[in-house]
Amino acid sequence: MNLEKVFFAFFIVLALTLNFGFFLGDLDDPNHHNVYELYAALVVSLIATVMKFGDRAHIGAVLLATSLVADLQLIAAVVVWTLAVHASDAGLTPSTMASIVSLSAGALLANITSVVILVTETVMFRR
Amino acid sequence: MHNLLYLLLRRMRLPLIAVILAYAISMIGLVLIPGVDDQGNPWQMSFFHAFYFVSFMGSTIGFGEIPYPFTDPQRIWTTVGMYMTVIAWLYAIGSLFSVLQDPAFKRIVAFTKFTREVKALREPFYLICGLGDAGHLVIRELAAHNIRSVIIDRDDSKIQLLRLEDLPLVVPGISADVTNTSTLVASGLQKPECQGVVALTGSDHINMTVAITSKLLAPGLPVICRAESHDSQDNIASFGTDYIINPFDSFAKRFAMMFQSPSMYLVYEWMTSIHESPLTDFAKPPKGTWVLCGYGRFGKAVQESLSFKGIRTAIIEADIAKTEAPEGTIEGRGTEAITLYEAGIEQAVGLIAGTDDDANNLSIVMTALKLNKDLFIVARQNLSTNDTLFAAADIDIIMQSGRLIGQRVVDMITTPLLADFLRMARDQNEEWANVLVSRVVGVLDKPPESWVMTISQEHTPAILELLNRGCPTMLGDLLTDPRDITASLPCVALYIKHANNIEVLLPENETPLQDGDQLLFCGEADAETHMHWSARNLHALNYICSGYDLPSGSLWRWLETRKQRRKGADPDMARDMQE
Repeated sequence: MNLEKVFFAFFIVLALTLNFGFFLGDLDDPNHHNVYELYAALVVSLIATVMKFGDRAHIGAVLLATSLVADLQLIAAVVVWTLAVHASDAGLTPSTMASIVSLSAGALLANITSVVILVTETVMFRR
Repeated sequence: MHNLLYLLLRRMRLPLIAVILAYAISMIGLVLIPGVDDQGNPWQMSFFHAFYFVSFMGSTIGFGEIPYPFTDPQRIWTTVGMYMTVIAWLYAIGSLFSVLQDPAFKRIVAFTKFTREVKALREPFYLICGLGDAGHLVIRELAAHNIRSVIIDRDDSKIQLLRLEDLPLVVPGISADVTNTSTLVASGLQKPECQGVVALTGSDHINMTVAITSKLLAPGLPVICRAESHDSQDNIASFGTDYIINPFDSFAKRFAMMFQSPSMYLVYEWMTSIHESPLTDFAKPPKGTWVLCGYGRFGKAVQESLSFKGIRTAIIEADIAKTEAPEGTIEGRGTEAITLYEAGIEQAVGLIAGTDDDANNLSIVMTALKLNKDLFIVARQNLSTNDTLFAAADIDIIMQSGRLIGQRVVDMITTPLLADFLRMARDQNEEWANVLVSRVVGVLDKPPESWVMTISQEHTPAILELLNRGCPTMLGDLLTDPRDITASLPCVALYIKHANNIEVLLPENETPLQDGDQLLFCGEADAETHMHWSARNLHALNYICSGYDLPSGSLWRWLETRKQRRKGADPDMARDMQE
């Protein structure tokens, strides 16, 4: 057992699960989407990205790319949320919530790709 | 480039995770801990405010407690967060600097820069391995001749020093192992612009490795190689290395030539050295018994050449068994008066200090001169840093292998015709050399420069134009001063190689020039400039050939033809009239 691989898989899967947890619920209902969950998803996603730094294999490069996509989507969601709460008079409207959740859905897709690649690689090597 | 980025990212993995975690923990704490607003109502910090606060706290900017003054539990948590984020930042920045300062990382940066410089080379260049005295001289002279070079040496400090030097061209250099094939390839071995490989390291084995690598990976490329022992010389020659330079043999042959044909020696010296001494100032070595100190590779080569010319040598050598010195060799270093006495220094006419230690050589020279001040002194100098010492000692001939090899390589690269000339000259007798020397001394008062001129559309358009018009051009026309056609330029034509490979030494002035001829001249540097002027400028050349200025503008040319037609005469007659 390789401790590095454990951490690596842990963060990738955790990023997916947190992301999925945030996404679950009605698209435009702020009560179904927890801000703490979004925060945790972003932090874990950032850590997962950094863990993929410096891998020169082709598969490592693809993992880094999907992870960067997830980061980008989540950061966009966070920025939209921040602007809605702190910089607009309307506050967190259902339409804003819908766009936040759909942005996180994009990140979810990227995270699923990451996990699929991870599983494929593991199966191929059978170690 | 990719290499660099990956290396940097891999090393920054842990520090970046530390920064992210420190931020995440500090932020979540600030969001969870309850606070009060300015009216005393309960208030909770949002993620946005927490991120804003942690950002200026972690970077030690510190705008204060924003937006409302903190409660004590918040302050306790901020104290923890402060230390956490600041330490994480320091750790990250420290790691970044240590990666950038890492010698391995710096080496990769230097190598990346070097390969980029080599890739960008679009002009012909030579690949030089080994930056010793010889390599240094070659690079400097090639740069002075506007020829590019790329240098590899194992010693990084030498490459750094080269970068500080004020060379007219950029010389890409890398400190790396030349025996590593990938280094040679990265240095442009297989680039079409590479003109040749020059192996000048101090080790015969490394030079051989370089030569064999180039012969295998770039078969058509000429290879010039330094070799100091006969074994490796044969080995290097066996796989088709184009030129092998053995400094000891070269010097010994040249030295022996001084005894037999001084004029020939002088011709060789003029043509092959870069020195500023007066034209005929060379001491003729006396015939008689010579004392030779040091029977190493240098001593052996000199002794062999001298005995071939029938000159007796008394040998002094410290380690007779190891060097297999001949019988009658005196054991000792030669630095003590007693061994020199034993070798008969008082009756000897000359002394050769040829050990591989400069201090010993100087000591031998000083001791010997004290015992017999009329000695003709030849000394071997091993390190170029001892230049001033050897110049201060009263030495007639200084042999410095680095300089000798460097000059040979420069000659081969800049004036390849010179080798052909010297090869033919070797078969001539002393009278021929006397004639040449007197001719050169007749027009010059300092050692001549040599240059090559090729008759072709590219190099001498004016000559070709005249030839195409059917006007024969002679060698003598080139030797005429274009500023004053009654005078000739201070130079001598040494050798001509016709397009059909017929070679002539010291060609006559009446030799007609043809397309494809290659000519070797020697003379003052100014003469080369004037000669190129007349070879390129049709009007100048025509004036030399005919003594008659061609009309250059269209109007004057038209008027000229009208005048000719009215006279019913052809331009040749006009020329005859002028003459």
